[in-house]
Amino acid sequence: MAGLAAKFGSGAMTNSVAEIETAKALLVIGSNTTENHPIIALRMKEAVRKGAKLIVADPRKIPLTKFATLWLRHKPGTDSVLLNAMMNVILAEGLEDKNFINERTEGFAEFADSLKEFTPEMAEPITGVPAEDIRKAARIYAEAENAGIYYAMGITQHVMGTNNVHAVGNLAMLTGNLGKPGAGVNPLRGQNNVQGACDMGSLPNVYPGYQKVDSPEVQKKFEAAWGKPLSSKIGLPASLMTEAMIEGKLKGMYIFGENPALSDPNTHHAVKGFESLEFLVVQDIFNTETTDLADVVLPSASFAEKTGTFTCSERRIQKVRPAIASPGEAREDLAVISEIYQRLNGEAVTVPDPEAVFAEVASLWPGISGVSYERLEEESLQWPCPSADHPGTPYLFKEMFPREGGKAQFTVVPRVISSELPDTEYPYLLTTGRELFHYHTGTMTRRSTGLDAVAPTAFIEINPADALKLGIADGDQVNVSSRRGTIKLPTRVSEIVPPEVVFIPFHYKEASANKLTSDALDPICKIMEAKVCAVRIEK
Amino acid sequence: MITLTIDNKTVEVVKGSTVLEAAKKLKIDIPTLCYDSRMKPHGACRLCIVEIEGMRRPVTSCTTPAEQGMAVTTTSAHLERLRKTTVELLLSDHPNDCMVCIRAGSCTLQELAYKYGIRENRFGGAMRDHNRVDENPFIMREQNKCVLCGLCVRVCEEVQGVSAIGYAGRGFEAKICSPFEHDLNCEFCGQCVSVCPTGALSAKMWAGHPRHEGVELTETTCTYCGCGCNITLHSLGNEITRVSSRTDNHNRGWLCVKGRFGYEFINSEDRLTTPLIRREKGGALEPASWEEAISLVVDKFSAIKEKHGADALGGLASARCTNEENYMFQKLFRSAIGTNNVDHCARY
Amino acid sequence: MNREITVNVCMGTGGIAAGGEQVMKALKQEFEAAGIKNAKIMENCKLHKVGCRGFCARDVLVDVTIDGETSTYQYIEEKMVKRLVQDHVVGGKPITEWLVGDDYHTFHEKQTKIVLHDLGKIDPESIDEYLGVDGYKAAQKVVAEMTPEEVIKTIKDSGLRGRGGGGFPAGVKWAFCAANESDQRYIICNADEGDPGAFMDRSVIEGNPHAVIEGMIIGAYAIGSSLGYVYIRAEYPLAVDRLHTALNAARERGYLGEKLFGTDFNFDIKVKLGAGAFVCGEETALIASIEGERGMPRAKPPFPANKGLWGKPTIINNVETFANVPPIINKGADWFASIGSEKSKGTKVIALTGKIRNTGLIEIPMGMTLKEIIYDIGGGIEGDKLFKAVQTGGPSGGCIPQQYIDLPVHYEGLQSVGSMMGSGGMVVLDETDCMVAIAKFFLTFTQEESCGKCVPCRIGTKRLLEILTRITEGEGRKGDIELLQQLAEDVRDSSLCGLGMSAPNPVISTIKYFRHEYEAHINQKKCPSKTCNKLLTFFIREHQCVGCGMCIRACAVNAITGEKKQPHHIDQDKCIKCGSCFDACKFNAVLKE
Repeated sequence: MAGLAAKFGSGAMTNSVAEIETAKALLVIGSNTTENHPIIALRMKEAVRKGAKLIVADPRKIPLTKFATLWLRHKPGTDSVLLNAMMNVILAEGLEDKNFINERTEGFAEFADSLKEFTPEMAEPITGVPAEDIRKAARIYAEAENAGIYYAMGITQHVMGTNNVHAVGNLAMLTGNLGKPGAGVNPLRGQNNVQGACDMGSLPNVYPGYQKVDSPEVQKKFEAAWGKPLSSKIGLPASLMTEAMIEGKLKGMYIFGENPALSDPNTHHAVKGFESLEFLVVQDIFNTETTDLADVVLPSASFAEKTGTFTCSERRIQKVRPAIASPGEAREDLAVISEIYQRLNGEAVTVPDPEAVFAEVASLWPGISGVSYERLEEESLQWPCPSADHPGTPYLFKEMFPREGGKAQFTVVPRVISSELPDTEYPYLLTTGRELFHYHTGTMTRRSTGLDAVAPTAFIEINPADALKLGIADGDQVNVSSRRGTIKLPTRVSEIVPPEVVFIPFHYKEASANKLTSDALDPICKIMEAKVCAVRIEK
Repeated sequence: MITLTIDNKTVEVVKGSTVLEAAKKLKIDIPTLCYDSRMKPHGACRLCIVEIEGMRRPVTSCTTPAEQGMAVTTTSAHLERLRKTTVELLLSDHPNDCMVCIRAGSCTLQELAYKYGIRENRFGGAMRDHNRVDENPFIMREQNKCVLCGLCVRVCEEVQGVSAIGYAGRGFEAKICSPFEHDLNCEFCGQCVSVCPTGALSAKMWAGHPRHEGVELTETTCTYCGCGCNITLHSLGNEITRVSSRTDNHNRGWLCVKGRFGYEFINSEDRLTTPLIRREKGGALEPASWEEAISLVVDKFSAIKEKHGADALGGLASARCTNEENYMFQKLFRSAIGTNNVDHCARY
Repeated sequence: MNREITVNVCMGTGGIAAGGEQVMKALKQEFEAAGIKNAKIMENCKLHKVGCRGFCARDVLVDVTIDGETSTYQYIEEKMVKRLVQDHVVGGKPITEWLVGDDYHTFHEKQTKIVLHDLGKIDPESIDEYLGVDGYKAAQKVVAEMTPEEVIKTIKDSGLRGRGGGGFPAGVKWAFCAANESDQRYIICNADEGDPGAFMDRSVIEGNPHAVIEGMIIGAYAIGSSLGYVYIRAEYPLAVDRLHTALNAARERGYLGEKLFGTDFNFDIKVKLGAGAFVCGEETALIASIEGERGMPRAKPPFPANKGLWGKPTIINNVETFANVPPIINKGADWFASIGSEKSKGTKVIALTGKIRNTGLIEIPMGMTLKEIIYDIGGGIEGDKLFKAVQTGGPSGGCIPQQYIDLPVHYEGLQSVGSMMGSGGMVVLDETDCMVAIAKFFLTFTQEESCGKCVPCRIGTKRLLEILTRITEGEGRKGDIELLQQLAEDVRDSSLCGLGMSAPNPVISTIKYFRHEYEAHINQKKCPSKTCNKLLTFFIREHQCVGCGMCIRACAVNAITGEKKQPHHIDQDKCIKCGSCFDACKFNAVLKE
């Protein structure tokens, strides 16, 4: 989200899900929305029924293409070239929103200049999308009264992920699709509380509410609130922690509610990192590939057993309420973390009150100072919600951007090539993702009989032309190898993927796609390139 | 805006509203079976009929656009007679097994039968004879209980965009099935189950669990993706028996297959129930008390910090857990340990 | 020998079904064999006096014209052709016993023909012949000289009402549609004629498709539509064929397509084939069907004129309505309004069937009495049996008893006695028809054709049918009449579409006029018309039985015994009352009581 924060001063969905229905055009890029955000996808379908034009840009023939006015099947890793070319057309045809550019943005001149080389004709061979379709897409998006962009990991999980996010933001700025309903730049969050985890400061560079750790003012504020001296040194991002573990810089780790030993790209490497640790604490509801490596495993309460709040994709804060008691001695994470905190601080151990914790956050982050448990009992609220009588904010940037000067920043996005592209040794491009029936590493969904029955095994999607070339039939077991590992799994011969591209869902530990993926990093936000790597397929 | 009167009460509604919507605004209750405000009106059950001045015959309020100056009557001896006949006709072709039906107590038809006091049926006659169909892991179909309200067909087409089911057959034999009764092209979102007014569609996972007795309902937020759907957990003791969603929330009651049916993990046998400690490197994880486990963590963290500095410790927070937990976790690292080495895996 | 010989063979669907093709072939062969080369053999009827034959019961009808002298033959079969050519064409002597009788001429003279006027006169596959009878003159006049408002006013003034059943004033409907703001409006011709025994629309499209097309062009211009549909059932292959031929010809001549008659008006027509669901004749179901959905009606309002096909304002009229439009434009609204009754103007095409001598397609001025239709045009009841009732309006119409024989046939007249015009079906019933069985017959049809969408129609008609069935089978219960009546009214008042609303009509009207028959079935377990077999006892009158054994062979349950040439006997315990013996006996020896 570093990209968005730099451009707009805030990194979250700019608009709301309910507004999708009111958009006149939608650009869905790098998001298999029907499978990964099924309920948000319902709004998109509704928009189409109400007459909106839907542009889907995805290498795979995802279910949403069925509803699309225009489907751009670009090659994986060429998103920003595609977006730049669309913007080239918008400028060439005078479709930009000049008022918006003049009044609400900065850095346009240099940016406009950078687009000159990205003609549709230049983009066609790179992206594989016909120049005429790029023009059509540009016109549909730019001519709509309000148009929203929706994206997910297909945009971010690349070495040029930040660039891609910038390109998406540039497109919205260029056409004035910000600060109004049914428009905006909308990253769809893959997990129930990604937004909340970011908001709460589970990031190495910011305190809760995106307040920078290296700002002396902020540091003072939190030191006063917490009554302890704090470090101004930006911490290690998760993606660099593995290396730090192997190098012996990180000695002890505490992980809760995650399974990085399966979800991290290049898992061999990640596992090696965890094994190098002196001490690893893992807190979870199940034994996972990560608890297997732990020195201490702490049993957690599931969401159905605890009190708290989740913040969903659209910045909406909602209550989580306990329905049942936890099994055995499992405890709410909050109680465990709080006890460790108190004991490390030499304080007496008390039972934490989630409401008090939330109130503490609200006192430190002005963006939610109007939110309280009392209000959340009655309603859910979208931040910013700065005061108790504030109704919450369905869409951001109506008046200004929360940056110095109040304007949004255009960013030049050069062409960057994926770190590992197919070659003669590894001739296929692997892209990974989720399927409808499972979630993440499958710890929850694969324990649901029905879900496991309809989607019992991993598979590799391969185009019929490639299958023919390799002499592979639907259902055949194949070995898929990358420079980092090999897995064995059955094929699903399908037109969903284009020739020379294969897809593997990453839910399955017995054939873990992340044994193959690359841990090349985006240089800015340190995200790993899970969406593109080169593989070989053997029968 | 349009002004009309319903049962002699005046109401103002926006143009394009239906008579039923106008009546709802006045809190006038009109019985319905095939109506759902989230879908296009269907006009099939004929229960929401009303009399409108100047119209020859009763019309369905769910389909009739409200017009300026309309005078509507929602209850009369004639309307009640027609409604009662309709319910009686439905019951004449409906298995009388409320005692064992999974929807007893939450069945619209049952309520209507009760409302109209239909103890005996004037009609009797032939009944449809379909088998229970359950060739998938999630959805049980009992077509004998189907009232052909069309809600399932509409939700599948209009809301889900899948159109896995449609109508087949004519007259009394009309029924709802997949095209040509071939395999279901189904995403198992269960939207159809959630809108079915009778026991015709239910979740297989519900079977055998209490319908109402002892069941508690808890409003909470789904734990899967970032859509943030509001869900209702049905629990009996410490077991989650069902997940539903209220129609008045921001996800309008719609859920996906995971949110609706993927709740078994909560009561899984595999849940961790006690702290575990690996007492020696390379050894097995062994059960321990909380005191032992937490003391070990505190001691180890303190020792590492002492020896290597705070930055030798790191934490990975969770995009699955609550805001409060995440806040506490980063606070633990920043303030109690003294490092900013805290991140979460959501970026993967 | 240099005579002018023309032979016309009736080749409508009725004619073809009766063997018209074979008669044509035989005629050609015989002419060749006889060395006659100058004879013209026409594929339709061309007798000036008759217009459309409409007299399908007498097919194959053949006109032989020699030097202007025409003789019309009826019931001609292939094997009769040889003698026809030998005696009449070669020998010059008409075969009197094969000629049509006076009733044939009365049949036609009593009619007034607007819609059927050119049927049989012109070749439906030739646009030039249609142009020869002032074809497309009205469309040209409308498009080139009139404003849409003027057209609508003319149609309003003419008093033309929809001929599809409802009888809604066509001009008013067009005005409603035209008044809606919209970027597109549609015009649909409903040719989904589904009533059993009805073939009015089919005959018009088969006999004069251009008249329908022209009517649609005029309607399209009036409401501002650029696209029309003809929804026609796929079971009408000849009509579909001729319609396509006519549409292509009209397109070629510039009567359809872009810039019609040199103006800026664009209009074209697509043909949509229906799959034969009766309910698709209902306008909203028809729209759903064109949209590719299952043919299920939608609730009205909103009416199609406001929100129809693809949600746009849409006019739906049936074939006969559109065919009336060009003559109204050509001859004026006043002319049309001068025909018919005060509230029902013009004529109505009727399919006359049942226990009547002259069955067929007729066109009468609105207001003609039932008596004139049945006795003058229809030639009276077949077999000189007693007239009992006439069922009008198709399967959902009502039964009109003897006492209303002087009832004028128009929308109001039929409605006043609990029946309806419908699309114009008329079934004449005689003393041997049981009215309970008639009601059951029609309910069987409507029940099967219900789309199943709304509860009263789906289950209500089924229950009505079940009650009727048990009454005809002697299982009727006390209170069944009242139950039928109540349920019939409730189905009528609460059903979604016209099908359900009108399906109970046969029940309601037969109870109203023939309650005693119901009572006899229920109370005495008797069928007064001796139709309901289950209520009858079959036995053999010994003095009339010759012992031929036909009945023994016909009996499926071996209930009949008897030596050859000795009187036979029915074992009542075994008899299942199927009536086979009654039908099999050639000596009237089987009696049913």
